[in-house]
This record gives sequence, structure tokens and C-alpha cells, in this order.
Amino acid sequence: MIWTTILMAIREIKRNPMRSSLTILGIVIGVASVIIMVALGRGAAAKITSDISGMGTNLLIATPGSERHGPTASAAQPFKQDDARIVLRELGSVADVAPAGSQGALVVNGNLNWNSTVTGSTNAYFQIRAFSFELGEGFSDAQLQSGAAVCVLGATVRTKLFGAQNPIGSSIRIAKVNCAVVGVTRPKGQSSFGMDQDDFVLVPLATFQRRITGSTDVGVIFLSAHDGKQIPKVKRQVAALLRERRRIAPGATPDFNVQSMEEITATLGTVTNALIALLGAIAAVSLLVGGIGIMNIMLVSVTERTREIGIRLSIGARGREVLFQFLVEAMALSGLGGIMGILLGLLVSYFAARLMHLPFSLVPDMVVISFLFSASVGIIFGYLPARKASRLNPIEALRHE
Amino acid sequence: MSPGTTALVELQDLTKVYGRGESEVRALAGVSFRIDPGEFVAVMGASGSGKSTCLNMLGCLDTATSGHYLFCGLDVGTLSIDQLALLRRNYLGFVFQGYNLLARTSALENVELPLVYRRVAAPVRQKSAIQALQDVGLGDRMHHVPSELSGGQQQRVAIARAIVTSPQMLLADEPTGNLDSARKIEIMKLLQKLNQERKITIVMVTHEPDMAAFATRTLHFKDGLVERDLVSGKVGA
Ligand SMILES: Nc1ncnc2c1ncn2[C@@H]1O[C@H](COP(=O)(O)OP(=O)(O)OP(=O)(O)O)[C@@H](O)[C@H]1O
Ligand SMILES: [Mg+2]
Repeated sequence: MIWTTILMAIREIKRNPMRSSLTILGIVIGVASVIIMVALGRGAAAKITSDISGMGTNLLIATPGSERHGPTASAAQPFKQDDARIVLRELGSVADVAPAGSQGALVVNGNLNWNSTVTGSTNAYFQIRAFSFELGEGFSDAQLQSGAAVCVLGATVRTKLFGAQNPIGSSIRIAKVNCAVVGVTRPKGQSSFGMDQDDFVLVPLATFQRRITGSTDVGVIFLSAHDGKQIPKVKRQVAALLRERRRIAPGATPDFNVQSMEEITATLGTVTNALIALLGAIAAVSLLVGGIGIMNIMLVSVTERTREIGIRLSIGARGREVLFQFLVEAMALSGLGGIMGILLGLLVSYFAARLMHLPFSLVPDMVVISFLFSASVGIIFGYLPARKASRLNPIEALRHE
Repeated sequence: MSPGTTALVELQDLTKVYGRGESEVRALAGVSFRIDPGEFVAVMGASGSGKSTCLNMLGCLDTATSGHYLFCGLDVGTLSIDQLALLRRNYLGFVFQGYNLLARTSALENVELPLVYRRVAAPVRQKSAIQALQDVGLGDRMHHVPSELSGGQQQRVAIARAIVTSPQMLLADEPTGNLDSARKIEIMKLLQKLNQERKITIVMVTHEPDMAAFATRTLHFKDGLVERDLVSGKVGA
């Protein structure tokens, strides 16, 4: 009898192709959208985290400007190269420092040009920011000292201006200064938020100050600590030394900021969490919409199904036999829709992740949650009206309108 | 109809009231009669006189407001909903006035359905269903769904579904209402044959005296009451 009932349920599914396919569709949409949204959200978060750790190990960044008032850097006193030099000399816990200044600049090679960022710094910049050389090398001491017209290209700039050609020894114009290319860094790839870490031109700090900005200011000091576990302590030491140099009274708010990569990671963490929450909310809405769709289809067919139940009861079916059939039907539809939704969701999120250069993350928890939700909507709204009808006497069920 | 033997069916002052207060309708106003095994009873009466209501009661499809319905001496009013289902399954066949076939389901599958619930094995089931459809002259329409069948054809599918189990009692609500006169005679002869050969007790609602003539007894309803009870042309109990 169980087998007969299952066959009957399957026949019933085939008999109502519209109702069945709409129910399945509702479940597919709900399940797939949750999986896609959450998988992409988590992929993006993982990507951001790995990008940040790829920016340099044990990294600290000192910037002028108050922590609280954000972009009031203009009012704050800028750093000088000596600040960096003294931090390195005084603090044993600091492995290296790279004072740096940056500004946007048009870089030109013959008839090719590209809007990039020119940064003036020292060779320490490459170590601290974890860049290695693909071609050539960093600057010589003499070049750094004298402010020679030389530059190192990020991988993006190299491609834009030279394609596959070897640019070493060629001369490019950076903001009206002709510089000889001495090195090209290895690409790091696209960073989070579409920020390209390889889109830069590096020149010696002295070159940058004398020939490009004409000032001895340093916008940023990158520092690396010897020991990754000591970061908070190193940060405190750097801050204390800079306070002293800038004569900030004890207790006063400093006009500069020392941030560790961990803190930046944490800040971005809240952003990525917000992103995940947003995508999750969208997914929840689509789950709900799918659920309401299923509910509608089930409720619209209640009259017809109640009559059908009346017919079955009148020829001798017991309530529970009819119910079992409806339960099998609801479970088969929900199960089928759920499996299709999972497959579709994983497939789409896999290809979308590849397209967006995000790591593909399986989301087993979401697979389970969305499947259970959709399946229970399908089963509850397929089953409950049937249960009600199966308790009527046959004539009442047949008269249902 | 001697009081000593157990009747197949016995109604004792059965009433059925629809609605309440002003809109109250007494569809059955206290009906009492008994039917012995093997009888072929025609039920006649004006529209709205309570014929279908009475037949639904006999078919255990609806519950009475008051009174008793004894089936083989068993008070149907005391049975559980599942026991009623089993009673319908194993002893009764019902032809509805409005056919009540499963939509989008072939004639054959419709006719097989009562046997499915009787747990008859598929091959036997199919053979019986085909036989029943041939008996009502639909051997060539077995795989059509109700929407592809004429009213009369649907009616005959409904008859086939009711007789396929060879029930103890066949209840038919205007089973020939939509048929041409030749078909009517054919169906009546079939019912007569089932009554005589398989000893199936038949209760049939009809508006036509010609059809009632096939029965061995006629109950006349008027305003929810049995007005006359004629056995083979004589006035009965
Ligand atoms: N579900 C219902 N609710 C309210 N009144 C009903 C209901 N079913 C039947 N009735 C009323 O009960 C009375 C008897 O109805 P019934 O269907 O038994 O008549 P009938 O003799 O079969 O008539 P017909 O020959 O037209 O089929 C009618 O007055 C009808 O209006
Ligand atoms: Mg009627």
C-alpha cells in the first residue's frame, strides 16, 4: 500500500505539471539565492582578509592627522624623513621604516600614457609592503641619496606602457620628469574593493620631494616590526616617540595616527560583516518570496484538492491514507526543488566567484538552512490543508468551494 | 420484510437539518424504512424532496442530525470516521449525481481507484476495471480523462467505478440522468443483472417511472418524508 501510495503521489505530481513546477521553482529560487548570496559574501570577506595580509607582514602605518577627526590631515603637521630615521634608530623593535609620499601622476612612454600614482620612498618600501622584483632591482644608495631620475614600475603600469616588452633601461615621463626604469615588481593581483595594488610607480624619496612635489614632507611612514606578536607594544613605542618629537603634551590628542594591519583588518572586518549581513538579508527576502510563492500555489489549489480528498474518502480511503499520499507529494516536490536549488546555487556561486576573482566558498550551513526552510514551507502548506480536508466527512469535502 | 430477519439497512426516524434559525432546512424530516438484502429500490420524488440527502446517509457520506441508521444491525452513528471509511470501502458503491470523477485522471484509473484502497493487486485491478468499463459500454474510452468525455460517458465511468468492487449495496443518484433512452435501458438492464446475478442490493434515485419500473420497490419522497412505499406495484409497509 505504501508503494501504491507513493506511485499515486508521483502520478499526481505529473498530473499537475503547472502546480508542481511552480512549487519546485519557488524552492529552487529560495535555496539557490541564499547559497549564491552567502557564498559570494563570504568569498569577498575571505578575499579582503587575504589581501590585507598580502599587503605586508608585521606592518604598521603612521599617518599625520587626528584619529578622531579623520580627513583633517591638512591641518596636522606632516612627517619629515628624519622622523622615520629616528624611529628606526631609537627603537630596536622596529625592523625597517619606509617614509613615503604619493600623488596621482600621468606616466608617459612615447605615445602610451596611463594615470597612475607616483610614490617616493626607499628600498625598505618593497620589503615592508612585500613586493618582490620580476625584472631589475631596487634603487642604489647613490640614486636614493642624490634623488636620481630612476623608477620602479608596478606590474600594471609596466603592462600599460610596455606590454610584454622589457622596460629596463627605457625612459618614461612621470609628471614631466624623465625617469629611467630600473625595476619591475611582481604582480600581487587585484585587491579588494577593486583597488589595484600593482598600479604604481616608485621613485626615490629624494627624487619625489625635489622634482615632483618640491617639498620635504612625508605623507606616510610604513614600519615593520621584528616580531608579529609584539605589534601592540611596538605601536605604543612608535606613538610615544612621535609624540615626543612632535611635542604633544601628555594627555592631549595626538595629531597623528599609528595603525597596525590588524586594526585595519578589524575595521575592514566590520565592513565585510556588514556586506555579508546585507547579502544575507537579500537572500532571506528571496527565500521568503519563494516561500510565499509556494504557499500561494498550495493555497490556490486547496479547493481542488479538498474535492479530490472528498472523492477519495467517498470511495473508501481513510483520512490517513489520503494524507500520506499528500505528504509524499509535498516531500517529493520539496526535495526535488531543494536538490535542484542546491546544485544551481553551488554552480552559479562557483562560476560567479571565478568571474569576480573571489575564492569559492561552500556554504554547508546555508545549504542546510535554506533547504530546511523551503522544504518545510512546501510540506506545511501542501500538507496542512490536506489534513484539514481529510477530517471532513466526504460530503462536506466534496461541497468545498 | 419480516421483522425477524436482519435488514441490510434500517432507518429509524432519521432527520437531517441544514442551517440554523430562519435559514433552517429539514432535508429529511424523520425517515423510517428498511431494505432487505437483494432488493432493488427506486427512490422518486420532486426536486428538493430529500432524495440525495437520504442516499448520502445510506452511503455513510454524511452524518444525520438525529435518528438511527443501522447497517446490517450496526448503528452507523456510533462508528468512527475510519470505520465509516472501511464500511464504504468494503460494502458500498456510490454513483454521485454530479459524477465526482478525479480530474486529469483516465477513466481506467478512476475505476481502479476503489480497488486500490481495497489493496487489490495491480494486474487484477486493471482487469476488473476494464471489465467494468466494458460493462457500461466504455471499452473504447478507457484512457480518456473526464474532460475529454461527454456527460453521459462520465456518468457511465462513475457507474463503472461504483460496480467494479461488486459492493454489498450500490447507491446510485440519478445514474441515467444524462443518457439517451437506448443507453438508459442498457444501464438499467446492467443494474438489474447485477441485482439478480450478484445479489447486489441497489438503491437508485430516478425521476422517470420507466426506470423505476426496473426496481422491485419504489420509495416516494415528499418534503423530507417517505410518502409512499410500493413493493412490486403493491402498497408496502
Ligand atoms: N448542503 C446543504 N445546505 C443547505 N441545504 C441543503 C444542502 N443540501 C441540500 N439542501 C437542501 O435539502 C433539501 C433536499 O435536498 P436534496 O439534494 O436531498 O434534494 P433531491 O431530492 O436530491 O433533489 P434533486 O432531485 O433536485 O436532486 C433541498 O431543499 C436542499 O435545498
Ligand atoms: Mg438529488
